[in-house]
Amino acid sequence: MAETRQFATFFLDGLFFGVEVLKVQEVIRYQEMTRVPLALPVVSGLINLRGQIVTAIDLRRRLRLRERPAGELPMNVVVRTDDGALSLLVDEIGDVLEVAVDQLERAPETVDARARELLRGVSKLDGRLLLILDTERTVNLQDEPVHDREQAA
Amino acid sequence: MEPPPAPVPTPTPMAERATAVVEHVAAEAPEARAHAGDTTIRVDVGLLDKLMNLAGELVLARNQILQFAAGQQDTAFVATTQSLNLITTELQEGVMKTRMQPIRNVWDKFPRVVRDLAVACTKKARLEMDGGDTELDKTIIEAIKDPMTHVIRNCVDHGLELPEVRIAMGKPAEGRVGLRAYHEGGQVNIEISDDGRGIDPEKVRDKAIQRGVITPEQAARMTERQLVNLVFLPGFSTAEKVTNVSGRGVGMDVVKTNIEKIGGSVDIQSAPGAGTTLKIKIPLTLAIIPALIVTTGGERFAIPQVSLLELVRLEGEQARRGIEMIHGAPVYRLRGNLLPLVYLGRELELPAEVEGTPGWDAVNIVVLQMDDRQFGLVVGGVNDTEEIVVKPLGKQIKGVSAFAGATIMGDGKVALILDVVGIAQRAGVVSEVRDRGLSKSDEHTLDRHDDRQTLLLFAVGAQGRVAVPLALVARLEEFARRDIETAAGADVVQYRGQIMPLVHLSRLMGGERPGDPPDPIQVVVYTHEGRSIGLVVDRILDIVDEAVTITRDGGRDGVLGSAVVQGKVTDLLDVRGVVHTADPHFFTPPASSTGAAAYALGA
Repeated sequence: MAETRQFATFFLDGLFFGVEVLKVQEVIRYQEMTRVPLALPVVSGLINLRGQIVTAIDLRRRLRLRERPAGELPMNVVVRTDDGALSLLVDEIGDVLEVAVDQLERAPETVDARARELLRGVSKLDGRLLLILDTERTVNLQDEPVHDREQAA
Repeated sequence: MEPPPAPVPTPTPMAERATAVVEHVAAEAPEARAHAGDTTIRVDVGLLDKLMNLAGELVLARNQILQFAAGQQDTAFVATTQSLNLITTELQEGVMKTRMQPIRNVWDKFPRVVRDLAVACTKKARLEMDGGDTELDKTIIEAIKDPMTHVIRNCVDHGLELPEVRIAMGKPAEGRVGLRAYHEGGQVNIEISDDGRGIDPEKVRDKAIQRGVITPEQAARMTERQLVNLVFLPGFSTAEKVTNVSGRGVGMDVVKTNIEKIGGSVDIQSAPGAGTTLKIKIPLTLAIIPALIVTTGGERFAIPQVSLLELVRLEGEQARRGIEMIHGAPVYRLRGNLLPLVYLGRELELPAEVEGTPGWDAVNIVVLQMDDRQFGLVVGGVNDTEEIVVKPLGKQIKGVSAFAGATIMGDGKVALILDVVGIAQRAGVVSEVRDRGLSKSDEHTLDRHDDRQTLLLFAVGAQGRVAVPLALVARLEEFARRDIETAAGADVVQYRGQIMPLVHLSRLMGGERPGDPPDPIQVVVYTHEGRSIGLVVDRILDIVDEAVTITRDGGRDGVLGSAVVQGKVTDLLDVRGVVHTADPHFFTPPASSTGAAAYALGA
């Protein structure tokens, strides 16, 4: 019997992504954000999650996808990390799907190298591909290009 | 000026101290030890932290309700919110107290550190502690433990001399290391002092020049205190020999960084031969702080009140004229002192609108204190002061040095807390090496080359305003009248182990003011090749940064000429001439008496 796991799915620029459901704390609709000047471009801002301050990361930027069209409000997928909660901004939320993990295939080399680094694999569902994100790597911004004007102070 | 001697705590031998502690505990639980368990319980720190967080949440909710209540007419509701307000404040204070610990908890291990180290260095040392009951937040206690240990080890290893040396110097063979803690203005001050050899500013200077930290020219302009504070630079050690304890070049910079990390500041004062005192100032708690809320570029920011000095608002004509530029750097004259300005919007690279650039009709300047320095932060608007709950930033943002944390405002939105030190560093207000000089205003003019020069203005008798280039001034000192002695018919004072002759400028330039001579006297010290002479003036007026042109020749004793400074006619003092008149042998070989070259006047 193939080992299956549950994944929370969402959409980004027409692509279908999934993160392990156990990592997801909650999904909330768009929250007003406070910009953080001088921060990395992928950091969209800070949101107030019931008194907790949570950093929101723009997944489109993180995955080198096209910018979200103006006026389209993102949703927050709040994930648990070692460093506390963190919000991933996505376009739209999908269902929770059961996926056989041993059927995952690595993303082919032709996929943008940076995006490929963040993918744990691709699940071939009926009629569409589900891209499984590696949350640990996604929230670790160490490899992100530094804000071009930001100087190491 | 020599630092005032550190207040000497009552010498209490260690044994007595220990018994005193025991008595103190006994006094707290008068019902005998058996019942001690009834009055105190052990609580998990994690639980306290949680309570602290909840109290913080409550403060935020309270702030929201207060904002909401402000627009309500219902008196019963308003009264209820008011009592909620009071109770929340008390609860918050109570919870805060549960996290307070006496600083003695850290100090308790120091007697042993000192004793072991003294034995290892074949020195005799005694540790005196005063104010061990002073309470601090647990997190702060943790944070200062290591820096303090380091400093104390330094005191014994570098500070104190060997017993033979001490006896030869007329000091008791046993060295004293003092610890003192006390509250002052919402902050806790900790002083660590020793009566050892002190820090030799000359040695620090030579080392700094040798390491290329400062140029010889910069060094020449630095005061003793500035020189001594150079030891806080990374990789600095004046110890001649490296021991397993100290002298390894890591240390004081780490101490400073650690203290600054928790929002504190360090200052070191030293009198060669008499000892060193290190002063640490730290906030009581880190969790809930009063802060000023400002806006810039449509964003709100919180500035911790501890670094806030005052607010200045310039309107209309003032706003257009008040901000001047020195070599592209904006400054404002705050009561005669030059205040460097930093534009928050520009520093944070906020888009477009930059408030307060010259030409705006209103400029808000938040005057901030950082270490010994002041600078003005130009912001778009000033809102209000509020108690804010400091929340940490995620590691994705931690790298941004401009922010110390974030908080949640009354309306539920997040606002960033500015890190004053970080902003100052970004803006280049601090370049680490330069420190406050004779006045707060001289430093930013020192290294900028333009046709302006910094002049020290003072009043002399009927002469009125007299100016001298600040570059020629070694120090400004005050002496009590009773310290003036007479040698060979001339007034002298004892100054840094030398006899310094005094020149009464008012007598020399004519027109002594009637009435009682001022006490203490103000003295401008001029130093040449290690010798000093004191010029007695009536009053120090100001330090200005202006381009001066001599408009009228002097022809009088001690005056090079006159110029218009700050819109008033001011005599330019011929320093060398005056010194030469007073003491023809001061300059050897005798130098030309005009000294006009010193006034490299506007090209």
